[in-house]
Amino acid sequence: MHLFNVQKTLHAGKLTEKILKLFMATGNENILSLIQSLNIQHILLPVLPTKNMSVEIKDNEVDIVITALQPDLTSFMEDWRPIISQFHIIIVKEPGLEEDLQIPQGFDHQIYTGSDIQRIAGHTSITFSGHSCCYIGYLVSQKKYVISIDSDCLPARDKNGCVVDAVAQHIANLQTPATPFFFNTLYDPYRTGADFVRGYPFSLRTGVQCVLSCGLWLNLADYDAPTQAVKPNERNHRYVDAVLTVPARAMMPVSGINIAFDREIMGPTFFPGFRLPEEGKQRWESMEDIWCGLCAKVVGDHLGHGVKSGLPYVWRSASANRGDAFGSLKRGWEGVKLMEEVVPFFQSVRLPRTAVTAEECVFEIAKMVSERLGQSNAVFSKAAAAMIEWVKLWKTVNSQQA
Amino acid sequence: MSAAHGRQGEVPVVPVSPPLKDELDIVIPTIRNLDFLEMWRPFFQPYHLIIVQDGDPSKTIRVPEGFDYELYNRNDINRILGPKASCISFKDSACRCFGYMVSKKKYIYTIDDDCFVAKDPSGKDINALAQHIQSLLSPSTPHFFNTLYDPYREGADFVRGYPFSMREGVPTAVSHGLWLNIPDYDAPTQLVKPLERNTRYVDAVLTIPKGTLFPMCGMNLAFNRDLIGAAMYFGLMGDGQPIGRYDDMWAGWCCKVICDHLGLGVKTGLPYIFHSKASNPFVNLRKEYKGIYWQEDIIPFFQSVALPKDCTTVQRCYLELSKLVKEKLGPIDPYFLKLAEAMVTWIEAWDELNTPKSSPESAAVSKAPNGTPAKK
Repeated sequence: MHLFNVQKTLHAGKLTEKILKLFMATGNENILSLIQSLNIQHILLPVLPTKNMSVEIKDNEVDIVITALQPDLTSFMEDWRPIISQFHIIIVKEPGLEEDLQIPQGFDHQIYTGSDIQRIAGHTSITFSGHSCCYIGYLVSQKKYVISIDSDCLPARDKNGCVVDAVAQHIANLQTPATPFFFNTLYDPYRTGADFVRGYPFSLRTGVQCVLSCGLWLNLADYDAPTQAVKPNERNHRYVDAVLTVPARAMMPVSGINIAFDREIMGPTFFPGFRLPEEGKQRWESMEDIWCGLCAKVVGDHLGHGVKSGLPYVWRSASANRGDAFGSLKRGWEGVKLMEEVVPFFQSVRLPRTAVTAEECVFEIAKMVSERLGQSNAVFSKAAAAMIEWVKLWKTVNSQQA
Repeated sequence: MSAAHGRQGEVPVVPVSPPLKDELDIVIPTIRNLDFLEMWRPFFQPYHLIIVQDGDPSKTIRVPEGFDYELYNRNDINRILGPKASCISFKDSACRCFGYMVSKKKYIYTIDDDCFVAKDPSGKDINALAQHIQSLLSPSTPHFFNTLYDPYREGADFVRGYPFSMREGVPTAVSHGLWLNIPDYDAPTQLVKPLERNTRYVDAVLTIPKGTLFPMCGMNLAFNRDLIGAAMYFGLMGDGQPIGRYDDMWAGWCCKVICDHLGLGVKTGLPYIFHSKASNPFVNLRKEYKGIYWQEDIIPFFQSVALPKDCTTVQRCYLELSKLVKEKLGPIDPYFLKLAEAMVTWIEAWDELNTPKSSPESAAVSKAPNGTPAKK
């Protein structure tokens, strides 16, 4: 009798939450199995803003990776001491540097030199020079999280004149969820004093894991060579007090100057694959971090993770602009031209469902790069080859460390 | 300005006269009074106002001296639209979209009557209207996210890696401003955090990427009426309707989908206004209740909308959308069938009031010589 009533109620379209509860309360086995077989579920109650998806990150789970492009790191490390001294630091020495590195006392650190790089990756075709030395640091790290800041950057000050702890901010960004599926107009809803706004679907308020945190730069912004050449005196004074999730499927230029990421999940997406023919040591003469960032965004989107951008700021000093922007135009221009193809390519990448790890995703992307871009420029076919080699290298090095 | 950056249409730093003085209408819905206009006088007085009086039409709403305005109450709306007036909400600020419809201007700024002039971190009064105008007159960049936010702002630019072919941007259709003090939270959040105030001034304007939806708040909003006005229908809310406080949300989702389809941009961020009045969260909960559940289906619906290529005007996009609403959301609740019909009625009314009588076929948008305003 009861079972018939359930069915009748269902067909009449009158099975509400209340009535469902009444039927289930009868305890009648037939009813319960019918409900189960039809997969009738309770309506989810709206989830109030909570910090459910937050993770806790301990200091010993973090590596700070610094690339030494010049031997004297004393003032850099002293300036950052209050912020980084409690972390393990990996310093990668640019292979071209002859002199010994000068590093002040009191830092728990490990140095990797050209011969280490040779030992670890010499058998591959991947080269590490200039800023791209950082990738060796990412590779050998045994921590879950990596934070990397260029050695010509200093701690910034916020609008109140307080020193910005960029490391703590990156950690906070990685700890709290990202919200890539719907834009929150008050930016990061997990920050104190903010929340999800009216109209934000409740089912999306738990967010997803944040795997990449992209910081910004005061003073010298990360501009390309043409922009630097046209605006040599422009300085970024605008402190935008926001962290926001870059929405799913939106592509962005990730700068390697000031980033942090979940190495365990995303490590394989960061590698020096995209090398310009006459790449120099200035940031504006390279695009490999931009390439990695596009990979990382595609991979993150596919795996259902989030990417944040905004705070923290670092102060990028004038030494980052050593060199002649006009002179670099020739080298920088190549990268600028190639971006015209690179960005639409990444916007169109669709990864197969079977790719469930970053390694698998990178492998798939490498195949697509080879197929779709390989013909147009040797840079692309080399990048594809480097990606595949990197994935293999990553697996090898990480299994050795395990 | 360097040609390499394609900076077009930036408002001059020292304007000779208020920018867009004769091309912009300020639309204000009100049921109480317009006292708030006194504070806005220095910024609003040069502009024409369209007041949409909600509620009892026999009540007289006093407009402060010195403002040039037209005022419409419910009787006017019924008179002008006839049977089509059914698409305009009653006892809800959604009625403001009637103001968009009767405006003859290219740009609209709409603001709530409990929104006041905010101060920036230096203590200076914020001219919200001027900032909106700047946002509307400079391009948007929906195809690739710029990490330094709006690249057309003074002191900013496109960052390394941003393709040059995308640096021209696209025309900006919507400028969505924010609020200091009382933030725009829904009822559950208001109940959990009744004392929270937004004190964070985020000095950024940014383009919402293509393919991403957002919750559009109508409290402090400007748009290019020529480009997107016909899609700014604020739905059926208030009296006789099962839902409230989703008018601007609905318009925002429709507009974003259409903007994405037509290659137009939507910006959010500055300017801030000071939102003074916190509405009653229990009243709000009643109004929003159904919306909170329905939006779980509405969002996936909008996320999956694919408009056909031959929808090349806002009206055609909107009519196509109304068909999809009827088909896909109709099964959730009969309200959506009514809403889909109202969307059609809105477009019919819009075209009637906005197309010259000589050409019945509605083009993208054209100014209408008909529709005399009811001046009081």
